[in-house]
Amino acid sequence: MISFILIILTSIFFTGILIRAKSKAAGRKGPSILQPIKDIIRLFKKGSVFSTTTSFIFQIAPSIYFASVIMAIMVIPLGTYKGFISFEGDFVFFAYILGVGKFFNIISALDTGSSFEGMGASREALFSMFAEPAFFILLGSFALLTGHSSFQEIFLSLHFGSYISYILGVLATVVLFMIALVENSRMPFDDPNTHLELTMVHEVMILDNSGFDLALILSATNLKFAMYGALIANLYMGSFPLYLTIPIFFGVQLSFAIAIGLLESFTARFRMNHNAQYILILSSVSLLIFLGVLLVLGQFN
Amino acid sequence: MNYISVKNNQTISFNEIPELEYPLFLEQNVFTLLKNETAHCVSYYGIKLENCIKLICCIADDSENDIKISSCIVHVNEPLNSFAHHNLVFEKFEREIFENFGVNYTNHPWLKPVRFPADRFSKNTSIKDYPFFTIESEELHEVGVGPIHAGIIEPGHFRFICNGEQILHLETQFGYQHRGIEQLFLSKKKLLQRSTLAENISGDSVVAHSLAFVNLWESLCNVHPDQSLKFERILALELERMAIHTGDLSAMCTDIGYQLGSAVLGRLRTPLINFFQKWCGNRLAKGLIRVGKTNFPFTQELEVELAKILDDYEKDFEEISDELFSLPSALVRFEKTGVVSTELATKLGNTGMAARMSNIKRDIRYSHPHDWYCEFVHEPILKQNGDVYARARLRKKEINQSIAYIRQLIKTFPVREFELPPISTPSVNSFTISLVEGWRGEICHSAITNSNGELVHYKIKDPSFHNWLSLSIAVRNNEISDFPICNKSFSLSYCGHDL
Repeated sequence: MISFILIILTSIFFTGILIRAKSKAAGRKGPSILQPIKDIIRLFKKGSVFSTTTSFIFQIAPSIYFASVIMAIMVIPLGTYKGFISFEGDFVFFAYILGVGKFFNIISALDTGSSFEGMGASREALFSMFAEPAFFILLGSFALLTGHSSFQEIFLSLHFGSYISYILGVLATVVLFMIALVENSRMPFDDPNTHLELTMVHEVMILDNSGFDLALILSATNLKFAMYGALIANLYMGSFPLYLTIPIFFGVQLSFAIAIGLLESFTARFRMNHNAQYILILSSVSLLIFLGVLLVLGQFN
Repeated sequence: MNYISVKNNQTISFNEIPELEYPLFLEQNVFTLLKNETAHCVSYYGIKLENCIKLICCIADDSENDIKISSCIVHVNEPLNSFAHHNLVFEKFEREIFENFGVNYTNHPWLKPVRFPADRFSKNTSIKDYPFFTIESEELHEVGVGPIHAGIIEPGHFRFICNGEQILHLETQFGYQHRGIEQLFLSKKKLLQRSTLAENISGDSVVAHSLAFVNLWESLCNVHPDQSLKFERILALELERMAIHTGDLSAMCTDIGYQLGSAVLGRLRTPLINFFQKWCGNRLAKGLIRVGKTNFPFTQELEVELAKILDDYEKDFEEISDELFSLPSALVRFEKTGVVSTELATKLGNTGMAARMSNIKRDIRYSHPHDWYCEFVHEPILKQNGDVYARARLRKKEINQSIAYIRQLIKTFPVREFELPPISTPSVNSFTISLVEGWRGEICHSAITNSNGELVHYKIKDPSFHNWLSLSIAVRNNEISDFPICNKSFSLSYCGHDL
């Protein structure tokens, strides 16, 4: 419950802070932190235009995508407080409810019949596919370490082990950070600011969406950012009381946004065929975590 | 040998150009003159006479610093052996001749429309149904981009044939920007109108195109501008080179998503073009270069200011270049992307930057010097690999060279003679050719006058004209997502091509 509210709240500012960090790094003043959310509100007030080549899929997809992200957020706990939905194995639910949203996003892009959107869809599907093992190896290792399989219990009991668990926490942060970049189509995997259809991944898939539908997709993106931020924050909360977890939560979200902003300022986007290789590296980092877990559990005696 | 050899900006009598029989004309230009590696075709075009067409071929020889001109009279229905069949350099030129006059080429490899002018020979073709190369394949797919550009720059259509992410073939279609500039040169009789037209051939090469026109016109009128005027023009040309190269480097950073480079280089370009604003009231230097005079003399005050701008510019430029060219994520995008080998560049007849990036020493400033360039030997900067990285580095080095030239020009700026020579009417029955090395490459203007000294034909060739083909070839086997960066690294003109 509380995590749900906090994530919604963070999502309002997240992209604004990110853009502000980028502007500062480039020596510009930058737009107001609330500008992205103002744009979304403006879009919500507009009607949508649908191409005649599209079918009903194209019209329902943005809503399903948005709903899937909301449901995924409901699973996320905050310290000792459970999310709306919490059960054994909820991290599998989390991953695949996002998968459902992505699936609809992809088929709606194909539905437009545009040659660009098909390319974007194929790229997005490929990159998500490579990111998936990293997520499951990571969460699977934690489940093995803690003996639990719901988000709340995993995070809660993570820090009662040895000091190695802190190292694991740092590695997990790296993996979740990169997964968030892949899933949100940010640099260095995708350039959200480009005007070039041929180099886009996510942006090109939503070229045909307009008005209300576009607003849904954009707010889903903001929510996804805050959602991954919340996952990372949870790694550092343990069983702290609420007056500590809330500052930790916002602190992590803020540094997450600024880190993305700085990363985007000082690197160039990857060449498209290097993306897949790079994303696979995440899986190997996850494997390292798995190895660490086995060490902690004394499997190598 | 049956040709007339002229220097850059030399006016000759039109009748002096020897007329050859077509087989001999072909033999001479394709096999004899172009056999020499330092020779390249600067212009090849047709002029409509009463019931026939006069073809004029201008081959520049870089080693002998001259341009060899010959001509030939052909009839429309006469089947002709194509130049392009033997040498690809002529591909675009012959397509243009075919489009304008309906010349019957029997063995041209790629006989398609170029720019759909209003007075084209066959009105059956329209810009809507350009005959694209197509494939019948289940595995390959076509991607069409344009004519409306995503960044709303200029219109042009690109048709890719891809195997997944890999480009197998790219065909470009232009003509959307065709304004009939060459015709307008004839119909607008006032000198000011013509100068303005020259400025508007391509907005990013204002100085280069107007310099080509002005040099040509002064040669036609036999006017010799004073030394300070010549200095000023070259100063403007080098400043334009710097400004556009900087802007292009910035745009290349944008295309690879490197924000820092894009922001810093974009900022660096501004003081340069703002200097033009201060000098002549236009950021693109429109109005700066005029025949036989200048409305905006380069004053002492401007000298001081420009020197300061260059000092500030150089410091920041060096810093960001070091940063950019040592950033692994940028280098991986630049290196081995969009490669044009030396053989290929020679075969396609690339000019300007597109030639120098592939280690071809082709630079008008060095081979056919004019104005200030005559006073020393310009050493063109060459790169070997012909990839995006080579084009980026070439720009960087040329900017450094331009800074040195501008400093030299400021230091040795001559005293202005206030007696400007009056402009007479052009000489009668004459032919003049003028070559200028713009930032993009060689610009060729040529004009023919009649017995009253009036213009009867004006021909413009922008380097984009044949470098576009080089881009199409460069992107083959690259990923389609690398096309924008390849395109930007060539930075070719749509309107310069379409005229």
